[in-house]
Amino acid sequence: MQELTRNGITIDDTFAEAFGMRATAIIITAPTLKWARQAAITMTGFATSVIGCGCEAAIDIDIPASKTPDRRPGCRVMIFAMGTDELQKQLKTRLGQCVLTSPGSACFAGLKGTASLDLGSSLRYFGDGWQVSKKFGGRHYWRVPVMDGEFLCEAKTGLTKEAVGGGNFLLLAADAGKALAAAERAVAAIEKVPGAIMPFPGGIVRSGSKVGGKYKGMMASTNDAYAPTLRGVVKSALGPEINAVLEVVIDGETNDAVAAAMRAGLKAVIDFGPRRGALRISAGNYGGKLGKFHYHLKDLLP
Amino acid sequence: MTPLTFTLQSEPEERLDLSGLTPDRLAGMTSAEIGKLRVGTSRHPAAAGDVFKITGKDAENIVFAGGSGRFDFLGAEMTAGRIRVAGDVGARAGRRMAGGLLKIEGKAGLQAGSGMKNGRIDIDGDAGEGVGGPMAGEIHGMSGGLIVVRGKAGDRPGERMRRGIIALLKGCGDHAGLGMVAGTIVATGRVGRYPGHLMKRGSLLFDRRPAELSPTFIDCGRVEIGFPVLFDRYLMEEGILDRPLLGARPFRFGGDNAVLGKGEIMFARG
Repeated sequence: MQELTRNGITIDDTFAEAFGMRATAIIITAPTLKWARQAAITMTGFATSVIGCGCEAAIDIDIPASKTPDRRPGCRVMIFAMGTDELQKQLKTRLGQCVLTSPGSACFAGLKGTASLDLGSSLRYFGDGWQVSKKFGGRHYWRVPVMDGEFLCEAKTGLTKEAVGGGNFLLLAADAGKALAAAERAVAAIEKVPGAIMPFPGGIVRSGSKVGGKYKGMMASTNDAYAPTLRGVVKSALGPEINAVLEVVIDGETNDAVAAAMRAGLKAVIDFGPRRGALRISAGNYGGKLGKFHYHLKDLLP
Repeated sequence: MTPLTFTLQSEPEERLDLSGLTPDRLAGMTSAEIGKLRVGTSRHPAAAGDVFKITGKDAENIVFAGGSGRFDFLGAEMTAGRIRVAGDVGARAGRRMAGGLLKIEGKAGLQAGSGMKNGRIDIDGDAGEGVGGPMAGEIHGMSGGLIVVRGKAGDRPGERMRRGIIALLKGCGDHAGLGMVAGTIVATGRVGRYPGHLMKRGSLLFDRRPAELSPTFIDCGRVEIGFPVLFDRYLMEEGILDRPLLGARPFRFGGDNAVLGKGEIMFARG
């Protein structure tokens, strides 16, 4: 493998392999940013991977009160799934259980897409006949009476079929502390990129996986080539200096959003340097045959 | 291209039915053809060329230079484009209008926007009775679109409307939203007796407490909800009002409980 270095960090000549997905976005507002984020965090809980959670979701960006539809602080949440039906189901249940229930919340469309998904149109029945439909300014809203006033919710939001899931890079470091420090830098940088989310806990994955496993029915199992305790025992990808690996996984509204997020993340890790952070950067792929989108690290370096 | 302009030559001698002179109906016609269109309603009806001097070519953008209270059905059933009237119009301007913009710089007669479906009507002067209402025998009034009356409106604005928005900026006569099915009526200024009488659903949004309210409207107290704030912003962005109408904590009355009782009257000041 040809080697590339930036600021003393080795960059593998490899690529991240990502897949086409369906995505939607909503804007959640509340009396304070704390409560807007609370609704968003609750709604995007247990949404790390489509494999087990049905969808991948996280907060995209916070939106200042001056830019939200109802002039209250808010945040944009993105949700990704493999199909439209599953996305609609996840959106509806998460909205109903987590946003409708959150004090003072309101919910608006966060994406203009080719197709639409129900928001308030599916939650309005909670109003038990007292829900009110309002159409103005080219938009349709539902007002549902609740115990702290009304839940105001736009009827529909957009759906995009251009979304990409599974952009990633691996940060290889001398110890777990340094790997985490580098990954945190990357996450902080990617959080500022609009249209890209990192669905895993705090944006970081420690249990990267390979396809399949020795046990029947396991679709994915531990990425033993990157597990430092198995170095030498299995065909390892790790040299003697590496003792911890963390992965950052990115879903984006578009191909460009994923590329921009990876570029921002790589720059942050490289600027952080090898002494405090990662010694080497790699990426996860399946040989290039499964995913339509390939992100070559060498193209995304600062 | 210059707007297709109908300049009124003299006060018409009969009531005119101008429903034929809309952007979609005149598209592709020459001014000679337009001049032959019948607009009169008497036994010897006038043609458009008898009443108006016709100039300009852009049928998407029609101007009536000079108006009259005898201009009936102006902009009726129009679906796109713009019509501007420099003057008054008669009855049922924008009747069953489905799109486009109709701007009346003078006053409008009876039932402006009657049965309107979509689009926007701006009336700078006063409007007569039954803005956005049904014609006799019809079940529903307007079902969409926006009507803005900058003068005073007559009785029964928004009668039996189902959807859409009516904004009355200098108040209105009695029975605003009579038998309203749904939709929104905004009024600033003095509102006549018994607004919302027999309304099933819908919103009446006022700047002040109505002087006489039906006893079948029940006080829900002051409410703290998002809709008024969002709607205030819409009204200001559309240039309908220049300051918030309701604010964050309006008073709300629910009614009319003589019927379904799912409508509301909200107002900012007690």
